[in-house]
Amino acid sequence: MAQDSGTRTLISPAQLRRGRGRVVYWTLLTVVVVVFTLVFLGPLYWMVTGALKSGQEIAQTPPTLFPRDPQPQNYVDAWNNLDLAKLLFNTFYYAAGALLFQLVLDTAAAYSLSKLRPVFGNAILGLMLATLMIPAMVLIVPQYVTVIDLPILHINLLDSPFAIWLPLVANAFNIFLLKRFFDSIPEDLMAAALMDGATPLRTLWSIILPMSRPILGVVSIFAVTAVWKDFLWPKLVMPSPETRTVSVGIYAFAGGTPMNVVIAASVIAAIPTVVIFLIFQRNIMSGLTTGSIKG
Amino acid sequence: MAITTAPGTTRPGRPARPYPAPPRPSSGFGRKVRDNLTGHAFLIGAVVCFAVFSWYPMIRGVVMSFQRTRRGETTWVGWDNYLRILDDPSFWPAWKNTIYFTVLALVLGYAVPFFVAILLNEFRHAKGYLRILVYLPVMLPPASALFLFKYYAYDPSEAGLFNAVLKALHLPTSEWMQSPEMTMPAMVIASTWMNMGSAVLIYLAALQNIPGELYEAAELDGAGIWRRIVNVTVPQTRLILLLLAMLQIVATMQLFIEPLILANGAGAEDSATSVAYLIYQHGFFQNDLNGAAALGVIMLVVLAGFSAVYARLTAKQD
Repeated sequence: MAQDSGTRTLISPAQLRRGRGRVVYWTLLTVVVVVFTLVFLGPLYWMVTGALKSGQEIAQTPPTLFPRDPQPQNYVDAWNNLDLAKLLFNTFYYAAGALLFQLVLDTAAAYSLSKLRPVFGNAILGLMLATLMIPAMVLIVPQYVTVIDLPILHINLLDSPFAIWLPLVANAFNIFLLKRFFDSIPEDLMAAALMDGATPLRTLWSIILPMSRPILGVVSIFAVTAVWKDFLWPKLVMPSPETRTVSVGIYAFAGGTPMNVVIAASVIAAIPTVVIFLIFQRNIMSGLTTGSIKG
Repeated sequence: MAITTAPGTTRPGRPARPYPAPPRPSSGFGRKVRDNLTGHAFLIGAVVCFAVFSWYPMIRGVVMSFQRTRRGETTWVGWDNYLRILDDPSFWPAWKNTIYFTVLALVLGYAVPFFVAILLNEFRHAKGYLRILVYLPVMLPPASALFLFKYYAYDPSEAGLFNAVLKALHLPTSEWMQSPEMTMPAMVIASTWMNMGSAVLIYLAALQNIPGELYEAAELDGAGIWRRIVNVTVPQTRLILLLLAMLQIVATMQLFIEPLILANGAGAEDSATSVAYLIYQHGFFQNDLNGAAALGVIMLVVLAGFSAVYARLTAKQD
């Protein structure tokens, strides 16, 4: 690949090009490509085709590689019986809102901590970072009690999307990533903007944000996948069937539904994220590997 | 770059005017107060969210663990909740399983991505394809991935994917989730498959930052591939390795969805019960929120103790 040319890694390029090195390299590469395809793509193939098999064929030994008598009906049943359109819409809605709230509030907070540096800023940052070490499970009960009866306001947020959106804003990792990125933007730019009479909001909007696209991309990926992958919290705070997310919905239906249909539903639930990932994988990969998490 | 106002002043080569007149004349003190207010205004949204959904529940959890609420009446009960939690016959199995899972996940879920990243970093071909493959499971909803394992991979009959492969290789088959001994390893395999993609990408980023001269020098000194990994790769990525070890432990301590879906909760002979599952059981099935809060505090104390040891260890190495 182009970006690697000239960089030296564990094994020297010369050694890879020489006789024995070349043979070893190509053998190893082939083995890894085959094994990885089997390990990571194989199960997905199994899942997509398995959902097309009849109950009888699935239980058969040895398992068949192709469905003998494909039954797309399983997918139709999954879509209809589980009301997947509704579940998918809910999940998208929660993910979009979570993304918006996190981008606006976490970016503003990181900007303030990095560039405006208000009094007690460092103490607040410290308190935020301390939450990184606290597993979500520790807080699940008091958080749930808080959401049921919000302090001071006494509002019950059950079945309200805010119960998913607002707690996700309290994300120290995102604020830390954003702050570190903003820290690397030279002060001179800030000073120049200030000199020109730009307000802090204007500076953030016209100077900082356009320079921060890579990190904003990373935070967006994290925000969306967090909602898509979360299970217990949405299960607790979205108890009604109408407000469920896809993961929770599939789990709830799995009990009394034939296994083929559950698998078909799992396939459909996985399609949106996988498709989005495949479309944006170049940006996602480069964002994740170079934008943010360098040692 | 979208600098719209007076681009001349931002040009890098041009010296800034000394002591520019401030846009709005005001005393130094007033300016400071105003800047500070703006700073806090930008912070307020996130701080409120932290306060309501993180810092306050933290304190509330501790308080709750010493209280008992019955028919709307809350009383102080001291250590009662803790004693009740300790009495739960699943308490020790849950801890044993969780720690076993964490250790297994460290061996497998932590070492494997590192070596996969090293391997991928050496390849000059198919690199993009391999990276996509490894990251693909991360994009699946966990419930989807786990149903896949539950129904196909861990099917205890010979129609199951794993058993079919084992049989083809003439190895003994297993009952997987039906066998208490295999429950935890099976959950670690599923969890590693689902999650290793992000660790691989983080390691790849770290590996790309290692200066090539270090490998060159090591090679000139006669270091083989293994020695180069131990003496160059590991020390050069030490910070990331330590950070991910910590995150991995915090994450695996919360083992929940794997037992819930793969083993329907407790599993055969309590072989799948985890501390997190026990919290869920007490809080949301047995209507014992206070007991669940107490268990949460115990988990926090264990992790804090662990963090202290970790901080000690990492400080010593410097």
